[in-house]
Amino acid sequence: MANKKYDVIIIGAGVVGCMVARFLSRYKLDILLIDKEADVGMGASSANTAIVHAGYDPVPGSLKAIMNVAGNRMWDTLAGELNFPFERRGDYVVAIGDEELPLLNNLWERGVKNGVPGMMMLSGDEVRRREPNINPKVSGALWASTGGICDPFAVVIAAAENAVQNGVTLMLETAFEDFVMEGNRIVGVKTNRGTFGCRWAINSAGLYSDVVMHKAGQYPEFKITPRKGEYYVFDRAEITINNVLFPVPTPVTKGILVTTTIHGNTIIGPNAQDIQDKEDRSVTREGLAEVWRDATKLVPKLDLRHVIAVFAGLRPGGNAPCKTPGVNYGHDYIIEIPEGVQGFVNLGGIESPGLTSAPAIAQRVIEMLKDAGEKLEEKRDWDPIRPARPRFRDLSPEEQKILIRNDPRYGRIVCRCETVTEGEIVAEIHAPIPARTYDAIKRRTWLGTGRCQGGFDTPRVVEILARELGISPLEVTKKGPGSQFLVRPTKDVEG
Amino acid sequence: MAEELTKLICITCPVGCTLEVTHEGKTLIKVEGNQCKKGVDYAEGELTDPRRMVTSTVKVRGGVFPLVPVYTAAPIPKPLIFDLLAELRKVELQAPVKVGQVVLKNALGTGVDILASRNLPAGD
Amino acid sequence: MLKQKYDVIVIGSGPAGLAAAIEAKKTGAEDVLIIERAKELGGILQQCIHNGFGVEILKQDLPGPAYAQRFIDEAEQLGVEVLLDAMVLDISPARHIYAISKWSGFAELDARAIVLSMGCRERTRAQIRIPGTRPAGVYTAGTAQRFVNIEGFMPGKRFVILGSGDIGMIMARRLTFEGAKVERVLEIMPFLTGLIRNYVQCLLDFNIPLQLRHTVSRIIGNSRVEAVEAVQVDDKWQPIPGTEEIIPCDTLLLSVGLIPENELSRKAGVALDPVTGGPYVDEGMQTSVPGIFAAGNVVHVYDLVDWVTEAGFRAGRSAAKFALAERKRAARQVKLQPGDNIRYIVPHVMDKESLAEADQRLQMRVIQPIEDKVWVEVLDGDNLVTRKSQRYVRPGEMVTVDIPQKAYDAVQKADTLTVRVVRR
Repeated sequence: MANKKYDVIIIGAGVVGCMVARFLSRYKLDILLIDKEADVGMGASSANTAIVHAGYDPVPGSLKAIMNVAGNRMWDTLAGELNFPFERRGDYVVAIGDEELPLLNNLWERGVKNGVPGMMMLSGDEVRRREPNINPKVSGALWASTGGICDPFAVVIAAAENAVQNGVTLMLETAFEDFVMEGNRIVGVKTNRGTFGCRWAINSAGLYSDVVMHKAGQYPEFKITPRKGEYYVFDRAEITINNVLFPVPTPVTKGILVTTTIHGNTIIGPNAQDIQDKEDRSVTREGLAEVWRDATKLVPKLDLRHVIAVFAGLRPGGNAPCKTPGVNYGHDYIIEIPEGVQGFVNLGGIESPGLTSAPAIAQRVIEMLKDAGEKLEEKRDWDPIRPARPRFRDLSPEEQKILIRNDPRYGRIVCRCETVTEGEIVAEIHAPIPARTYDAIKRRTWLGTGRCQGGFDTPRVVEILARELGISPLEVTKKGPGSQFLVRPTKDVEG
Repeated sequence: MAEELTKLICITCPVGCTLEVTHEGKTLIKVEGNQCKKGVDYAEGELTDPRRMVTSTVKVRGGVFPLVPVYTAAPIPKPLIFDLLAELRKVELQAPVKVGQVVLKNALGTGVDILASRNLPAGD
Repeated sequence: MLKQKYDVIVIGSGPAGLAAAIEAKKTGAEDVLIIERAKELGGILQQCIHNGFGVEILKQDLPGPAYAQRFIDEAEQLGVEVLLDAMVLDISPARHIYAISKWSGFAELDARAIVLSMGCRERTRAQIRIPGTRPAGVYTAGTAQRFVNIEGFMPGKRFVILGSGDIGMIMARRLTFEGAKVERVLEIMPFLTGLIRNYVQCLLDFNIPLQLRHTVSRIIGNSRVEAVEAVQVDDKWQPIPGTEEIIPCDTLLLSVGLIPENELSRKAGVALDPVTGGPYVDEGMQTSVPGIFAAGNVVHVYDLVDWVTEAGFRAGRSAAKFALAERKRAARQVKLQPGDNIRYIVPHVMDKESLAEADQRLQMRVIQPIEDKVWVEVLDGDNLVTRKSQRYVRPGEMVTVDIPQKAYDAVQKADTLTVRVVRR
């Protein structure tokens, strides 16, 4: 029946799956990581606010709160080992007008209960001084020094790459179909690319984590409701925000915030719209209007003329009740080895702060496996370091000079808005996890994300991808099969 | 043949007068809506022998790019545009190409030559 | 071999840059260098294979590449140096330039004068915030033009074009010529934004429908565009419910405006006009930073290439004079201010003495079309300095008015000159 037998199969290569793969790669295990998409991190991880949350928001006692605070602590080490951009700039929850001020106290108390270090209450004057673009009616803010921002694509890619470096097998365009059971034990995973045996299957399927756990016979009442969030990105030449600015939260969400990407672009969003379709990342007129209304409450000087991109992401909102006695909360994470089925690690409903929590969840998976009697033996040659590839724009002129001298392809700028060179693109195409589509290159280099949105670089990237992959430009895609850029040679009218 | 009314926009100058042209087949009867005499000439031309400059590309072997742009040395009859484009698809030049080089002589017997619009050096 | 110091360095080799380099040489600058990011000179003209270039200044109707070739040949004959396939990373206000290329590596250059002629970029889908999915098959008209005319590939088979700008209409014809179907051109404004000539020869000639007061309200399709939803808009450009229509297509082309490309100008500390998106310039095309000049679409978006070339000549001449220390700093300037129905005026300021040498030309765009006889008036307060009659004004066509030398005395008294358009 099985093509090959693995110790562990991880279903879903989003931030959670990739972190689990990376942390487990430390041990003598044969691991397979699968994802239905053409790249890692294409689900909830593909579009989010890129914030490493401090942890004052989740309900005290919930798994969310525990994972958030534990995860947050791990990020400095993680960023150092995996070499992705991460900055602990701190974040603010901003009260506008006197009526919002008391709400900050609730968050303060939650933060204290959750064990969040480094919080401080700031006066309106102080906030105005620190963030000059803020609404002048600001009455105060909760400041959390442990909040941070990262490059969310780089996090997922770096974790996956480090896992692959350490022997994990990654299979993309490989969709989970069902489990192979022996009695109540999972012994394999059926996919569109064949069946693979395993001793453990880990559900990190994000938006589809409900489907996967139902196939294992777990939590039939658990349901993921995709929650769409829409965003705007601004030209960094026109407006800059120094820090993460949250509004005071509502019972449902942390609200529409104003923040900055690690590359300095102001970003606003997300709203929270429950939908049915797990693939619907379309932006709506109404949603954009909602985001605009709320974000301009925080920063009134935002100007529509400076918007360079709009996009939507989906959070995998679950309905799992919190298991801590006395805590009444209905949207907690599921992180467990269930009793009803053997060989199954179930991770479900990992919505925000999922990015922050991912390393803590991975650590928890290791502990749970140990508790389940798995003898995890460390590899001698495990290398926790994922070497970074050069990013031309971040280098000093001296370093740039040397880079170009050693490889002249770093002397050709392909994306002028984000200063991305041909050398970087080629390096990503031939990386341990090869970037084989335009969007894959975009997520890795941030090419095409600037003010011209790929208008200038697209023909060049198509040419480079075709050349490096040894395919026709007609076969080059934006994001996998069916998304070809070009349809035929100009002169081949019949073609 | 019955009288017909055809609306045209004169493009002799940027004003772009909307001309109401009364005609019987190709015979002009009257023009209204023009702000100067050029409008009458334009209407006459459009009725009897409408012509257009045509620009396109032809294939090139061994050039820095796979195509070279070309243009008609003079306007050609409008009904022949798509025939000309079909002819041009059959042409394949060898690089290098010089600007002004005749790509197709006396295209479709119109007496109009097709010329290259640029220099195209040989590539690797 | 690159020198370390140049009299004039021109950034960008489109029509403005070529003209600036040529004129700088002719004015006496010895070492003139053009830095171009593409592998050849000519800029965007190389992909504009349609004719219509040169009618005003060459008295010849040429395709874009042939027009460019004239100036490329002239620059070569005059001994202008070129650095191709290169990108300027930074410019300091002291005119120190950092540039890189695959061929010459990392270069640091000094210029006595700089001409910025980087042109413009196209507005994108995001800037007009079209809702819907993000599939392959949404291109700006210029990107599609490059694929079709230079790279040799068609980006789709069935097109909808948003925007009645010139590039959009020209691409409608071009795609039709190469066997594609252009379903429709949509324009959100109640009037055409490109030239009538292009409407007639690119759309009417080939029965391509144009719908004014319409826009795209949604893009449909996950991997590749499958359709767009078109909708009629009201006077405030808001969609009118019930007018939605799904148009099946595999490609959406955007021709929704051009934005001067001034990221380098900012780095050099050049002050930008929020209305044009380009530098504030004087009558000699000097920016707010002495010794840094600008010309062409980097300053404001032109309608005809001929006027871009003319602006390039002017900037090149000024830059050379500056480099040779012949250009005097203006002692007294007059401000030029938009009045009724004028969106902006270039130049923004004028040396009062410049009228002693020649008439001075003002270029501007109107806000609203007036299909009637109008006066374009230049006023100092209530006093008329000069005026000219026009048969109409349209936002798609630049308006020019010359301040004649005989207005010298009147201008000396003024602090600000206002230009307005009024019906006759």
